[in-house]
Amino acid sequence: MATKKFMFVNRKAPYGTAYALESLEVVLISAAFEQDVSLAFIDDGVYQITKGQDTTGIGQKNFSNTYKALGDYEIKKLYVEKESLEERGLTQDDLMPLVWEDEDDDWAEKPSIIMVNRSEMADVMAEQEVTLSF
Amino acid sequence: MSSLELNGESIELDEEGYLVDLSAWTPEIATALAAGEDVDLSDEHWDIINFLREYYEEYQIAPAVRVLTKAVGKRLGKDKGNSKYLYSLFPYGPGKQACKYAGLPKPTGCV
Repeated sequence: MATKKFMFVNRKAPYGTAYALESLEVVLISAAFEQDVSLAFIDDGVYQITKGQDTTGIGQKNFSNTYKALGDYEIKKLYVEKESLEERGLTQDDLMPLVWEDEDDDWAEKPSIIMVNRSEMADVMAEQEVTLSF
Repeated sequence: MSSLELNGESIELDEEGYLVDLSAWTPEIATALAAGEDVDLSDEHWDIINFLREYYEEYQIAPAVRVLTKAVGKRLGKDKGNSKYLYSLFPYGPGKQACKYAGLPKPTGCV
């Protein structure tokens, strides 16, 4: 099967709507097809990968730790838009330190998060063959 | 909906035999679910079941078979991190069958 460049664009906060969890599930399923998958976090979507999420007050499952499994699924490119972080008073330190393990380099942990500005994000999106927005 | 009778208690299972209440899991339930499919759990089975439970605890998902295979290779050695070994333990599919005994949901993306 030919490999295509897939990008999943995440724009919504993790809870309150089903978009984030639905996106994550589709991403995990798509990994089985061995495509070139990347994720983009824009607007409130950046909250999906923030540290220290606690859902006890809203009675929903906290699925933030599942993003840490993305590396196991060979998903190693998580593009985060700098302006979206800045507009919300966040920095990269507020995000989970998501990594993937390089099997060919003695399982060394390598960062998955790639910080890009708005115009760089547009360039990355332009390279994609399939873009799915959530 | 079906159920598993164990020590006078009825444990709820879904239509495919997975635990409905994941927190109800005990090692005895794993043994009983396996016995229902004529499987006698060995230490090698338990290595995989325990690994799956730890993975679920940490990441809140049941890993896909490919991910399980790779992770087992890392944790338990290359000779075990291959589908031949995992299928020899769990002939109905390491994802489906091992997750069932481990009290996990069916793996995401597993059809």
